[in-house]
Amino acid sequence: MTASANRVRLDGSGRPDGPGLDARLVVRRPRFDLDLVLTAAPGEVVALLGPNGAGKSTALRALAGLTTLADGHVRVDGRDLTNLPPDERGVGMVFQEYLLFPHLSALENVAFGPRAQGTGRREARRRAAEWLEHVGLAEHASARPRALSGGQAQRVALARALAVRPGLLLLDEPLSALDAHTRLEVRAALRRHLAGFAGAAVMVTHDPLDALTLADRLVVIEGGRLVQEGVPSEVARRPRTPYVARLVGLNLFRGRADGGTVALADGNLKIDAVTSLEGDVFLAFEPSAVALYRSRPDGSPRNLWKARVAAVESRGDRFRIRLDGTGPDASGPDGPRVSADVTAAAVADLGLAEGSPVWASVKATEVRVYPA
Amino acid sequence: MDRARGRPPLVLMLPALVGLVFLVLPLAGLFVRAPWGTLGTRLGQPQVLEALRLSLVSATIATALCLLFGVPLAWLLARVPFPGVRLVRALVTVPLVLPPVVGGVALLLVLGRRGLVGEWLDRAFGITLPFTTSGVVLAETFVAMPFLVISVEGALRAADARFEEAAATLGAGRWTVFRRVTLPMAAPGVLAGAVLCWSRALGEFGATITFAGNFPGRTQTMPLAVYLALETDPQAAIVLSLVLLAVSVAVLVGLRDRWTGAA
Repeated sequence: MTASANRVRLDGSGRPDGPGLDARLVVRRPRFDLDLVLTAAPGEVVALLGPNGAGKSTALRALAGLTTLADGHVRVDGRDLTNLPPDERGVGMVFQEYLLFPHLSALENVAFGPRAQGTGRREARRRAAEWLEHVGLAEHASARPRALSGGQAQRVALARALAVRPGLLLLDEPLSALDAHTRLEVRAALRRHLAGFAGAAVMVTHDPLDALTLADRLVVIEGGRLVQEGVPSEVARRPRTPYVARLVGLNLFRGRADGGTVALADGNLKIDAVTSLEGDVFLAFEPSAVALYRSRPDGSPRNLWKARVAAVESRGDRFRIRLDGTGPDASGPDGPRVSADVTAAAVADLGLAEGSPVWASVKATEVRVYPA
Repeated sequence: MDRARGRPPLVLMLPALVGLVFLVLPLAGLFVRAPWGTLGTRLGQPQVLEALRLSLVSATIATALCLLFGVPLAWLLARVPFPGVRLVRALVTVPLVLPPVVGGVALLLVLGRRGLVGEWLDRAFGITLPFTTSGVVLAETFVAMPFLVISVEGALRAADARFEEAAATLGAGRWTVFRRVTLPMAAPGVLAGAVLCWSRALGEFGATITFAGNFPGRTQTMPLAVYLALETDPQAAIVLSLVLLAVSVAVLVGLRDRWTGAA
């Protein structure tokens, strides 16, 4: 599904009466105000990302009508939902802990929506059975939620939300309650079901993998405001805030470009890149692109600085080294805070431990520079 | 016993044992002094059966009334934020701490034949409540309802309101949410409240005798019969007390599994 083809503009200048979701959410909170323009085309999956307390869940609740808007609007397929209570919105929601009704069977849980919408008991149960079949849980129809595994409960919750035939589907951290192994399976299944869903979908997550694999577009919010949005590959390649950079595992700096050289905003280090730009820029590179040396390497590569190891963390078969810049008394330029990924052999060879002095460098070809 | 933690200190054990004996001994006394030989014939006496029937029927109707009005009241207190909610909650609790006799007097002042509402009821509909079986039910309802309201409100507060939100997103209005999600999920709390309420109604004395009087077959419930018998026929009082004790224990045992199951 190519989302960008039928994407609605984010600035709200898109088609207000068109299909899909068109919303501006303003919610006042004691600690922050949420003010977010959010759109999603039919069939598009938008992932809402952000640090804890950024307002992701608040935005989702506002779309569902569970939180009152101070200002703004919510339109789905041209229908104005702004002042409607949750039960009249026709918005499906998959909650973080699924919230399956414990006193009802899986089938009755899925049939709950159609029943509440006025469908007869028999027809509602028939439709619920169809949905359970669709998510591969037909044989668990009579099971109580308590008897279901986490992955099964997630699928029942999805079937329950889809059974009301929503114009808009909301997913609040749909995979966060699952263990790593189940998550893999359920993610693949969820991807299939989302692809088969004709309406707009908004998913809150803080897992970059969920966002990158399930979403057609990412919307990153911090402190209740949009800070970055775009297709996953673009956001992953060109983060614009430290949060996004951490999320996608990149070193990110601000600086001022003068041709192919960027002067970092903090410290006095200058980094050479192959891209030639002028003015304020972002500069990003992968932790694996950083090379570490015990002593100043011969041939003096460019982009070399002196640093001190602040922390060594094990990450599977690699080690992540957190580097602090050393300060003006060192012989090299004032270094930035950088993460570097190295092998176990390198940790041993270089004798890397907290406090060790090292030389760090990054190749100009590995450095991405883009306008701020 | 965990030896490492030593013996329980005497200063705690002694009062604990005294307290236990104090609670159990009087009940044991009932058994010791009971006229076991004539128990069967005494239980078969029409006025005993009459009082027992009246007690069970009135306590059950009172519990039904408490459920009918108390559950919605508990829901209101737990779920609908309105100004003065704390005041209302305090007012609901008043009958709980009020001496039941005072409750009876208050009922008489309002629903009595000369009462604020009673006079009107009498004139407009010819309904007289005091000194009738309906009066017994009302007195018991008045005294027992706070038990139900407090217990159900606690259950509703403890219940996760997010399930109600989930139901709302599925298209359920507030009444449907209450009927199909809130109430079933709070069922153990409602049941516990109903049992408390029923026991309280069954044992009601002060408000009943004040508001409904003591007419055998009409308003003389078991507790009133016990009190009256104590003056004329102490043996009968013991028998009646044993019956009340048996009913209470039966209820407790019958519902124990449900309680522990719900916990």
